[in-house]
Amino acid sequence: MAVLVNKHSRVIVQGFTGSEGSFHAGQMIEYGTKVVGGVTPGKGGSRHLDRPVFNTVADAVKHEGADVSIIFVPPAFAADAIMEAADAGIKVIITITEGIPIKDMMYAKEYLKAKGCRLVGPNCPGVITAEECKVGIMPGFIFKKGTIGLVSKSGTLTYEAVDQLTKAGLGQTTAIGIGGDPIIGTTTKEAVELLMNDPETEGIVMIGEIGGGMEAEAARWIKENGNKKPVVGFIAGQTAPPGRRMGHAGAIVGGADDTAAAKMKIMQENGIHVVASPALIGETMLRVLRG
Amino acid sequence: MNIHEYQAKELLKGFGVRIQEGIVASTPQAALEAARQLSAETGTKWFVVKAQIHAGGRGKGGGVKLAKNLDQVQELSKQILGMQLITPQTGPEGKKVHKVLIAQDVYYPGESPTKEFYMSILLDRAKACPVIIASTEGGMDIEEVAHNTPEKIIKEWIDPSVGLQQFQARKLAFELGLEGEAFKEMVKFIFALYKAYNATDSSMFEINPVLKTSDNKILAVDAKVNLDDNALYRQKALAEMRDINEEDPLEVEASASGLNYVKLDGNVGCMVNGAGLAMATMDIIKISGGEPANFLDVGGGANAQTVEAGFRIILKDPNVKAILINIFGGIVRCDRVANGVVEAYKKIGQINIPIIVRLQGTNAEEGAKVINESGLKVVSAILLKDAAQRVKEAIGGK
Repeated sequence: MAVLVNKHSRVIVQGFTGSEGSFHAGQMIEYGTKVVGGVTPGKGGSRHLDRPVFNTVADAVKHEGADVSIIFVPPAFAADAIMEAADAGIKVIITITEGIPIKDMMYAKEYLKAKGCRLVGPNCPGVITAEECKVGIMPGFIFKKGTIGLVSKSGTLTYEAVDQLTKAGLGQTTAIGIGGDPIIGTTTKEAVELLMNDPETEGIVMIGEIGGGMEAEAARWIKENGNKKPVVGFIAGQTAPPGRRMGHAGAIVGGADDTAAAKMKIMQENGIHVVASPALIGETMLRVLRG
Repeated sequence: MNIHEYQAKELLKGFGVRIQEGIVASTPQAALEAARQLSAETGTKWFVVKAQIHAGGRGKGGGVKLAKNLDQVQELSKQILGMQLITPQTGPEGKKVHKVLIAQDVYYPGESPTKEFYMSILLDRAKACPVIIASTEGGMDIEEVAHNTPEKIIKEWIDPSVGLQQFQARKLAFELGLEGEAFKEMVKFIFALYKAYNATDSSMFEINPVLKTSDNKILAVDAKVNLDDNALYRQKALAEMRDINEEDPLEVEASASGLNYVKLDGNVGCMVNGAGLAMATMDIIKISGGEPANFLDVGGGANAQTVEAGFRIILKDPNVKAILINIFGGIVRCDRVANGVVEAYKKIGQINIPIIVRLQGTNAEEGAKVINESGLKVVSAILLKDAAQRVKEAIGGK
């Protein structure tokens, strides 16, 4: 089962022939992802990585039945690429691109409302269903099939958590990198909800960071829904000073409610197993699952 | 990116927002001339001398003063220019004032009393749209107003697909208790402000206070503008407003090397790939009994050049007593990163503080081997827990 992507997903790469797109498309193919082609406007009709290149996403959907797209298009053109994918009927749009202007994302998100598709990202590592389908830039080998789902705003910190889980003998269902921008397609709560409703997922790791209110929203939802599965949570940026942007565009403490301490408190109050140290994510999940 | 008050006001004026007029000056003599010119243009008899730094609370720190004649303009400018201005937002070391804005007096007496309001436009992250926030409590700290008297905060969300509507501007102006000429002026003010916000790819406008003058004009007395860094590529004129005097010199140097660095006050430096892991590494340092000296994300590459640039920047901070390098090698292999660290270390020469290198991921064992056999005073770790323990030992804990 897992969520969002699986071995049947027919994936296209937007920005297929660029250096990032090429490299990661190659890695995804190696992982076993069904990459059915790519889109680079103006290069339609050619082949790349032994797969067809299309001028438009609509062509890729028509000829290859693509239903998932991963976007490596440069920031100035990325919002356009997202809207093109949505218009063509792609169901899951995963945007890796970092640095998209806020206003572009605002318009893109508005546009997507009526399209019935799901956007993940931007500025995210992508989505992976262990040993089935990798649609992202994460190192595939650290993932093992299992029962833990992950939701995270960050890339390498997710890999860290996955590595700890795998070493603790806990494999994963799906890891969802939701991204670190102020406007993102899938929120923490929505990603958690997907995993809560996934019968294969038995435990959830939720990794957030300073800025915004998404972790608090997710925490409240988890409690309202009866804490059906154990959730281990961590918030990065306990030592970040207010008003300073910590790398990610969205990682900035704006007030009293979006500090790491405030978020961790709300998460704890809502029955999430919050760890103060990122080194304890794996062992805490193991302990919690064993009860 | 932040800009100065005088730049923000110029920008707003360009979109038809009425502002408190002023002229910027960098010497007391220029300030005097600015005041003369301003007097000729606006008829103002009094002047406000305002320190131009990128921080709020300037008045509290003595950076905003009223001058009742030209002599006082020169005298006050002399005091403020070059001072190390400390405000609640600058930190204890304060910020050096390089420029003052000589502004007209807008609190002159007249037919009706003056009244201050608060207004800001910013991104509501949860709703993914701009929100206009207004209050009758102008000139106050808005977080305090929101906390103590939440009923005095008025919000109007803007639908991105159609933009600000007339009824919304009217609603705001009515709720601020305005009528007659002042009401009409406020509606115009709000429209011009939103137009400026939208056209400049801003992420935040804060006008505090917005003033109703005694002759019922509405104008911006102060202006704080925050631009979306991601959109600067298409806002070239605004990008040129960057003032590197306002930035930490190490941060300027780091950004020139393509590194994402934020200087902090602690004693343990760190160098990490990825923003989330970098923040988590800072947290680990704190849990180990240290204080992070910086945030530093070297990005996906983590090669000899970026590591060397990172080392050089961290080592310029005299407070740093140890450095933790934390790289999760995914696509980038740990043995390559380790070789990069050794190469960078050798190039720099003598480094007199302990360095802990934690490499995890692809070829982690090989990476640790490279570090351990390098003969350098570098400690390696693979597990994050072990790295935390090594940090503790390095700074004298157990």
